[in-house]
Amino acid sequence: MGATAAIAGLGITDMGRVFGRTVSDFAGEAIALALEDAGLQARDLDGLLINGNQSEEMAPSLQFALGLVDLRLLNTMSAFGSSAATMLQYAAHAIESGQANAVACVYADAPLAAGESISQSGYSGKRLSARGLAGLRFAYGDYGPANSMYALALRRHMHLFGTNHDQLGTIAIGQREWARMNPRAQMKKPMTLEDYHASRWVVEPLHLFDCCVVSNGAVAVIVTSAERARDLRQPPVYLRGFGQCAPGDPGRTERDPAVHTGAGKSGQLALAQAGIGLSDVDVLELYDCYTYTVLVTLEDYGFCEKGEGGAFVADGKLAPGGSLPCNTGGGQLSSFYMWGFTPLSEGVIQARGQGGERQVGKHDHVLVSGNGGTLNFHSTTILSKHDG
Amino acid sequence: MTTTTAPAKRVPVPDEASAPFFDGALHGELMLLRCRACATYQSPIAYIGVPLRARCVTCFSGELEWAPSSGNATLYSFVLMHQLYDEAFAAEIPYNIAVVETEEGVRLTSQVVDCPNERLDIGMPLEVTFERMSDAVAVPKFRPRA
Repeated sequence: MGATAAIAGLGITDMGRVFGRTVSDFAGEAIALALEDAGLQARDLDGLLINGNQSEEMAPSLQFALGLVDLRLLNTMSAFGSSAATMLQYAAHAIESGQANAVACVYADAPLAAGESISQSGYSGKRLSARGLAGLRFAYGDYGPANSMYALALRRHMHLFGTNHDQLGTIAIGQREWARMNPRAQMKKPMTLEDYHASRWVVEPLHLFDCCVVSNGAVAVIVTSAERARDLRQPPVYLRGFGQCAPGDPGRTERDPAVHTGAGKSGQLALAQAGIGLSDVDVLELYDCYTYTVLVTLEDYGFCEKGEGGAFVADGKLAPGGSLPCNTGGGQLSSFYMWGFTPLSEGVIQARGQGGERQVGKHDHVLVSGNGGTLNFHSTTILSKHDG
Repeated sequence: MTTTTAPAKRVPVPDEASAPFFDGALHGELMLLRCRACATYQSPIAYIGVPLRARCVTCFSGELEWAPSSGNATLYSFVLMHQLYDEAFAAEIPYNIAVVETEEGVRLTSQVVDCPNERLDIGMPLEVTFERMSDAVAVPKFRPRA
């Protein structure tokens, strides 16, 4: 069974503290770059799937800003950080059924403003409503709620399994080493374990270097049929498998959502569709909003037992030269944070073999994860240079 | 010479749906949503933007009512906030944010008071207490239970 859809183009704008541009402008540039990369024109697009985190511009009306006409597939999609895979899945199904030919999937965001700390941005939670029970967060000082919710999850994991900061630091350091080989990465200063430990607490037990680099910018990919992708400019990156799992959050004591994510079921679905097993995965591009996200995702995919993620990563196997190359562009921790389009974009680069200095030698199968909410929504995509 | 006063903390604004919770808090009672059909207590504080359950998490009944909690809980997890987001909290940094598990099987985000951060310990027994923020609003917090 061959793959029926492929990623034919990839566009990545300047990332980070890039000011004076609208979110639509970033989105438009990413799509233009992706079209150029594929060797396609804007008029070839008949699908546009839109995903944005903080921006109201990432709505169906983005079509107008871009001047695209006669689209057959148009939607704003969001399953939070797991969105990228859900968009690819939808695009692939539309292409497979003949309802679209070339679909741009785009993520853009610009939460950072010149002269303003991230702690004052939309990520602070300050702009959330104080109405009803949701207003309790202001009484408790629960700002930057993603930080505190992930820190609560990490504390739980540390309590249950003895996970420690030396282990988490290994993840941060390994990704920094990868980032040093990525011209796009923002954080390239070498990091030692001492540097990691010395980085300030944001929300204890999260150090600054446990947290991702929130960025302004955009990423787009162009999805076409596998057949068409073979005639375009770049090596096709086949979409071999998809899996979603949103385990739900009943807020009750019989489940421990802090330490059991949807990665397990999501991964099984995607690997089964691709017809491969975990041992066939050559490159991992894991959603890494925090170091802990990488650790818990590895456990739930089954690379190690639940609770053993800390010991599993401690030997540096995720770093350059290690046995399980992971987040080879530096990831969200050291490169840029574009929700699921960070791991996806690096996955495309690795699957094509265009990673330059950081290219992983064997790159037949790349596993890309998405994670949204506080470990609430999970997605997995299997990318490959082989169509089946 | 200038003198500065820390700004006040933002006070939750009760709305129609949450009024029983805030009325209970003013009178020293922790109110939780409970299913009329199967008596399962629901976590009232869930994900961002979804403050109240619409359906029972166990039986999917839409008949939820407010019912008092014993107020007894244990500490499920906690963090210490070092980042300053709101000047009203400047003097308290690092302050704790905690998730507690109530006896009814519900997890709530709150804070632990009357306990130094060094003494916070997952599993420790807690009981509810209420902090008055204004004439109209009190919020539940938790303190160590003997």
